[in-house]
Amino acid sequence: MKKIVLLITSLILPQALTNTAYSAEFELSGKVAIESRYFFQQAQSSEQSGQSNVSVFAEPELYWSWNDDSDTVLFKPYLRADQNDAQRSHGDIRELIWTHVGDDWELRTGINKVYWGVTEFQHLVDVINQIDSVEDIDGEDKLGQQMINLSLVRDWGIVDILVMPGFRERTFAGKHGRLRSNLVVNTNKAEYEASAGQQHVDYALRWANSIGDFDIGTSWFHGTNRDPLFKLGVKNINAPPQYTNLELTPYYELMDQVSLDVQATLGDWLWKVEALYRNTNTLNYWASQAGFEYTRVGVFNSVVDVGYLIEYGWDSRGQNFTVINQNDLFFGSRIALNDMQSTEILAGVGVDLDHNAQSFIIETSRRLGDSYKLSLDMRLFSSNNINDVLTQLRQDDHLQITLEKYF
Amino acid sequence: MKCYQSVFSSIIATTLAIVTVITLATAFPSYAATPEQQGLAISKEAKSRDLGWQDSTANMLMKLRNRQGQESIREIKIKNLEVADDGDKGLTIFNKPRDVKGTAFLSFSHSVGADDQWLYLPALKRVKRISSRNKSGPFMGSEFSFEDLSSFEIPKYTYKYLGDDKINGLDSFMVEQIPVDKNSGYTRRIVWLDKSEYRIQKIDFYDRKNSLLKTLNYSDYKQFLAKYWRPMTMNMVNHQNGKSTALVWSNYKFRVGLKDKDFNRNSLKRAH
Repeated sequence: MKKIVLLITSLILPQALTNTAYSAEFELSGKVAIESRYFFQQAQSSEQSGQSNVSVFAEPELYWSWNDDSDTVLFKPYLRADQNDAQRSHGDIRELIWTHVGDDWELRTGINKVYWGVTEFQHLVDVINQIDSVEDIDGEDKLGQQMINLSLVRDWGIVDILVMPGFRERTFAGKHGRLRSNLVVNTNKAEYEASAGQQHVDYALRWANSIGDFDIGTSWFHGTNRDPLFKLGVKNINAPPQYTNLELTPYYELMDQVSLDVQATLGDWLWKVEALYRNTNTLNYWASQAGFEYTRVGVFNSVVDVGYLIEYGWDSRGQNFTVINQNDLFFGSRIALNDMQSTEILAGVGVDLDHNAQSFIIETSRRLGDSYKLSLDMRLFSSNNINDVLTQLRQDDHLQITLEKYF
Repeated sequence: MKCYQSVFSSIIATTLAIVTVITLATAFPSYAATPEQQGLAISKEAKSRDLGWQDSTANMLMKLRNRQGQESIREIKIKNLEVADDGDKGLTIFNKPRDVKGTAFLSFSHSVGADDQWLYLPALKRVKRISSRNKSGPFMGSEFSFEDLSSFEIPKYTYKYLGDDKINGLDSFMVEQIPVDKNSGYTRRIVWLDKSEYRIQKIDFYDRKNSLLKTLNYSDYKQFLAKYWRPMTMNMVNHQNGKSTALVWSNYKFRVGLKDKDFNRNSLKRAH
């Protein structure tokens, strides 16, 4: 193993070998899992799979460090095989990043994941990585993004400069998959505003600092919008123009965005706000997500913590646009039993104040033994307004059981 | 409670004699006349003997045991930076259980007021500022609470010297410490410190109803840099739920050159 490490490190950083303090460390960890979904209703289209689906996935993590941890490489490939959906069966390099730590700076080169923001029900300002939406519909699974990221640590905050050569397309459920729109999104026909297409180089700048009880971040992004617009197209130009011959094709515009995220941590209360202004060729808009999280520790003389969350999402594009959180209220509760198995329950309801549409989620998890984790999640969608995006998912209420084995 | 009362009254009866002995034996300030002043003086001496270590790293193995004797393991790496005239900075990195591997916890503790705490969640690569009010909550499902693991600072308590005792074969002081912070899970703690080196030998924790909740025993003390004593084993027993947690420390290193820059958002994200 040492030999392989030497080879890899010498490829990445030749001067590491000349360092007399040279010693490399290697570590392998990760997880494999099996996931089963049970849908309560038949799908809206007969092409889609039945009421049950099984999926397996693996995410190993390989880690090397040398130069007394000043240089590290993290490699995290990901692979999923899905019973029914060919688009959900996919692989990705979540991370393959070389980090070099200097005195008051850090350089991260490769494929990486970056998280921005503070709110829980929507991750509005978190725009660096593309959403891997075939994984789950909560937008928390991300595809690895190629980048060079210089991070400067100053007394007045941390400044991140990101140069991102290359764009990742959003993933969408395929013909046989559930949790998709009525029309299938054909990712093979994706179009771009930028003439360089997927090769367009994106830039971002961020400043973040903690000042007393406030954690503040502000960012600027110029590049390809991670959220596509959709064009209605035909699958086969020679076939008759009927509904079954229609499909959606993603169109990725360029955008400029400025955003702000602030959290005030005041005793048991966390006050949060995210806001952005986005400028694209077709329109300019504002959006915001704001709310609080209040935690009661040790309820009823036990060690159980109960948290209450309320957030409100607003988008200036309003209800005539295909925006999910244009005037939506979210309520949630997070219960941590603080037991040996780290049992946790998160329940949340999203209510659309413009349309008669609601979504309900419950996420529970518990460790089994020392290296297994069992999760039980449920998602319910209710909507009867054709203008609401959620209407597309009204047949997709489901229960999901996941067993993960960590190593 | 009864037991404590009787100990307490016997202390009062012999206060004068003890004061004289202690003053001679341990170079107490001569004005340490009241039990409160004595308690404070002992605690200050203990703190002052532990100043100047600068920074340290160590591995901590946490063995959780429930009433039925089932065990669960936590493997943790800890980095600490001494901060003059305030609480220390700490970085706690989890290695086991495997599902929380890479999770890291950054804390800037303060001698007065709430600590600043951030949690790093590796799955989302998210750094989240968390409320530090949760002092009394269990740390990783163990019998240690967050406040049990935070650095000892003089302004965190008020003190009272309760008398002498022999523990682990060592002549010791007993000092009652009453937390200043109303969010503490305790009404008071009784701390046993050996007279020769001022090392904590044992702590009794009393819950919000003032009944005995937990006992923490320190053992296998090792000295570093010919000055600083650290217990290699700490055993916490919860008398009310029958559970216990043992901490086994290893690989202690002092003055490894940690700086402020090793305790920020960036270092939290690359903690390994």
